[in-house]
Amino acid sequence: MSHTARIHSVESFGAADGPGVRYVIFLQGCSMRCKYCHNPDTWDLNGGEEMSAGQLIEKALRYKAYWKADGGITVSGGEPLLQIDFLTELLKLAKENNINTAIDTSGIVFSQQKDFLKKFDTLMKYTDLILLDIKEMDSKRHKIITGHDNHNVLEMAKYLSQINKPVWIRHVLVPEYSDFDDDLKQLSEFIEKLDNVKKVEVLPYHSLGAFKWKTLGMPYDLENISPPEKGRIENAERILKIRE
Amino acid sequence: MKKFEQWHGFKGVKWTEEIDTRDFIQNNYTPYDGDESFLEGPTEATNKLWSRLMELQKEERAKGGVLDMDTDIVSTITSHEPGYIDGDMKELERIVGLQTDKPLKRAFMPFGGIKMAEEACRTYGYEPSPLLHKIFTDYHKTHNQGVFDAYTPEMRAVRKNKIITGLPDTYGRGRIVGDYRRIALYGIDVLVEKKEEDLHFCGNGKMRDDVIRQREEISMQIKALKEMKVMAESYGYDISKPAANAKEACQWLYFGYLAAIKTQNGAAMSVGRISTFLDIYIQRDLDNKTISESEAQELIDHMVMKFRMVKFARIPSYNELFSGDPVWATLSIAGKGLNGKHMVTKNDFRFLRTLENMGPSPEPNLTVLYSSELPENFKRYAAAISVRTSSIQYENDDVMRVEWGDDYAICCCVSATETGKEMQFFGARANLAKCLLYAINGGIEVKTGQQVGPKFVPVTSEYLDYDEVMQKYDEMMSWLASVYVHTLNLIHYMHDKYNYEAAEMALIDTNVRRTFATGIAGFSHVVDSLSAIKYAKVRTIRDENGLVVDFETTGDFPRYGNDDDRADEIAVWLLKTFLRKIKQCHTYRNSEATTSILTITSNVVYGKATASLPDGRKDGEPLAPGANPSYGAEKNGLLASLNSVAKLPYEYALDGISNTQTLNPDALGHNENEQVTNLVNILDGYFNQGAHHLNVNVFGKEKLIDAMEHPEKEEYANFTIRVSGYAVKFIDLTHEQQLDVISRTCHETM
Repeated sequence: MSHTARIHSVESFGAADGPGVRYVIFLQGCSMRCKYCHNPDTWDLNGGEEMSAGQLIEKALRYKAYWKADGGITVSGGEPLLQIDFLTELLKLAKENNINTAIDTSGIVFSQQKDFLKKFDTLMKYTDLILLDIKEMDSKRHKIITGHDNHNVLEMAKYLSQINKPVWIRHVLVPEYSDFDDDLKQLSEFIEKLDNVKKVEVLPYHSLGAFKWKTLGMPYDLENISPPEKGRIENAERILKIRE
Repeated sequence: MKKFEQWHGFKGVKWTEEIDTRDFIQNNYTPYDGDESFLEGPTEATNKLWSRLMELQKEERAKGGVLDMDTDIVSTITSHEPGYIDGDMKELERIVGLQTDKPLKRAFMPFGGIKMAEEACRTYGYEPSPLLHKIFTDYHKTHNQGVFDAYTPEMRAVRKNKIITGLPDTYGRGRIVGDYRRIALYGIDVLVEKKEEDLHFCGNGKMRDDVIRQREEISMQIKALKEMKVMAESYGYDISKPAANAKEACQWLYFGYLAAIKTQNGAAMSVGRISTFLDIYIQRDLDNKTISESEAQELIDHMVMKFRMVKFARIPSYNELFSGDPVWATLSIAGKGLNGKHMVTKNDFRFLRTLENMGPSPEPNLTVLYSSELPENFKRYAAAISVRTSSIQYENDDVMRVEWGDDYAICCCVSATETGKEMQFFGARANLAKCLLYAINGGIEVKTGQQVGPKFVPVTSEYLDYDEVMQKYDEMMSWLASVYVHTLNLIHYMHDKYNYEAAEMALIDTNVRRTFATGIAGFSHVVDSLSAIKYAKVRTIRDENGLVVDFETTGDFPRYGNDDDRADEIAVWLLKTFLRKIKQCHTYRNSEATTSILTITSNVVYGKATASLPDGRKDGEPLAPGANPSYGAEKNGLLASLNSVAKLPYEYALDGISNTQTLNPDALGHNENEQVTNLVNILDGYFNQGAHHLNVNVFGKEKLIDAMEHPEKEEYANFTIRVSGYAVKFIDLTHEQQLDVISRTCHETM
């Protein structure tokens, strides 16, 4: 069965979402409502342009010359797992073309339910790397930021460790929302228990997406929040053992 | 030929029997695959001299852009007493020689045109000599006067209406690279001897005008060679014999280049491909332990310092075209040999190192002749220097080597000529975007209302029809190509006659090959406009005389810069069609016609003179530079944009396809190691598809805005950025050009 998906946009040169030079496909649709989201225009599952897996892979392959050993495609969003059937078809096709694959996910749609796990396991056959955002270890704070608690996210992290799927854990550092030493320590401890983490990244909050909220006519709660100070970024990196 | 003792230890035969620098290089260079760890920092002498030079540059800027000027000496090879960066420190200067008797003092060069030479003086508050005025007005004709004596009314009209612009009729054509290495390898006496032989054999039995002209030219070349010897003597050097060591090789070579820049103020005065050549001398001295690595680096640093000091007196209209006082002292490094071996030596690292030892600089215009097969260590070092200084450009050796062999050099901003074998007739560019408007308006220039092109039937419909516009465009382009070539023929005839480059031509084979370098401006706008007409609906908006002055485009259309074949095919068609039309015309001295898609900073001036276009670009807005996609057209990021440009076939634009991209450091990688790796991947991917050129800038928009608002900050004094085909100190750009650079797409992902 052939699926199509709603595509928000593509970026031919992604150097920040996975290893090497990557073709990043942004899918429409997200169930989270993160206050600092820099792509709120991807939330609507019905937005964007409809495309097939075949079309996307054909486009992506035009950039193979730039990928070398590390590069490939990263599927981001929105939340790509919302369109898991399509995603599986896309990554299967990518692997048939020897493309390195990564998924950039919030983990929010993960569940231990049998039907979902079956699909997820199939998807994992074609996935080389998961970029998993853990936004807050404190579930209440997680809910303030995203509108959801962090149960599914942590469950997914544990499951990926069980099946030994390579993961990069990413944490967006937002002053007043997700920059608390205690929570960062908890995150560090949580990560230490996982066996599959290849890299941990701190992504400092930036306000470059703020204008999109205005365009969409939505109030931007983080109007008065500045990007984190260098010292705080280094602090988070130390706690998460990224730097000495 | 005599075997010189200075050649001790060098291998090979052919180059010892006839002038053949390439053969010498191929037989003697030492390829280097290692990393940059052998490099040395600046010596105390380098630091002292460079500090002094920075002070002088500061003074120069404070004085409005010119430190000092000659008003009553006509610059020739021997016109000036020796000059030094600082008279009190002259023993520190390992490489000596200035254009005039003082550092950064601009020479008076009237042969291109006395009016321009005088205007340049007066612009900066200097009063030129009345005697020289009389001489070059009443007694001796100049290039500029010759051109305007012969121009037809049509040529004057196309020039005035700026459909052909930037013509070298008011400034030196430049772009001729002497093989300055020959002086080091052979010494002046051998070169004179060879040219005398050539003169002897020139035109035996026949005395046609081409033979007469050549005999006269060879004689001028011989005179120039002899004058070089005299100039060198004034600095205490005898260059009649070959250079005996690395220091002499650098110095002999530089004297040749100095002779060129004392006699010509060409738009581009390139140094050529000297790095591998000089490495042979340095390596011999290192092997003989007569020089240390630090001393070797010092030689290169001091030589580069001299290239950073090259200055010409320019007029304001020239500065508008080529902003920031560029001279295109282009210096090419790396590349591969025809035998497949890379030609990277330690010296290629040393030249890159100058950007760290003395900080970033626009000159010399450092150009890496790139191939993905160059040693990984070298690629990474070059990329690291790009990330740190944004001061180098990359050109695809794999496509150029096929056309020009393995001893070509970049002769201006991006175009290649084979060293010592070729010269180029530089031809500025034709504005093909304007040509599209002429096609629509039946040859009338909307900005002036004048009938400039032929009075063809204009488009009369409200909506533009693709087939109709294409047919009219084709006809108008044929007219433009022909008047363009005719104009250039005339200009170069006069340049040869009144402003002949004897010093450079003395260092090029007598039997020289000539290319005829035309160029295209407005490229991306034509492509997008034709695509709009084809795929969307374009309504014409007319003024009271029925002239189309604006367009209303509704609907989406593919744009060049998104790796979308529908638009990119139009781009390829445009390039091929224009070159074919150029090639139909007779070119001066049977030169080979080529074309380019590069505009330098002139895209701003060209844009000012160009009315609204169907692609949505409004009247007076800057054109996109070179072969870059238009502002805001790129929707799929950097690589999609690069892929579009890479589709343009180099064989149809042998004069160069310039592409400038600015990358936000954060978008390129999280740390320098990642940034370097990713940049190398970009370069490999782009050039392996056959693309020609890439300017790489690595900085954020915020830095540009801050530099524009606070040019006085110390950190911006030498802040260098790459623009179409050259590098420039950002604070030296006009305000308009600064805004233009800032507004261009800065690739940053969110």
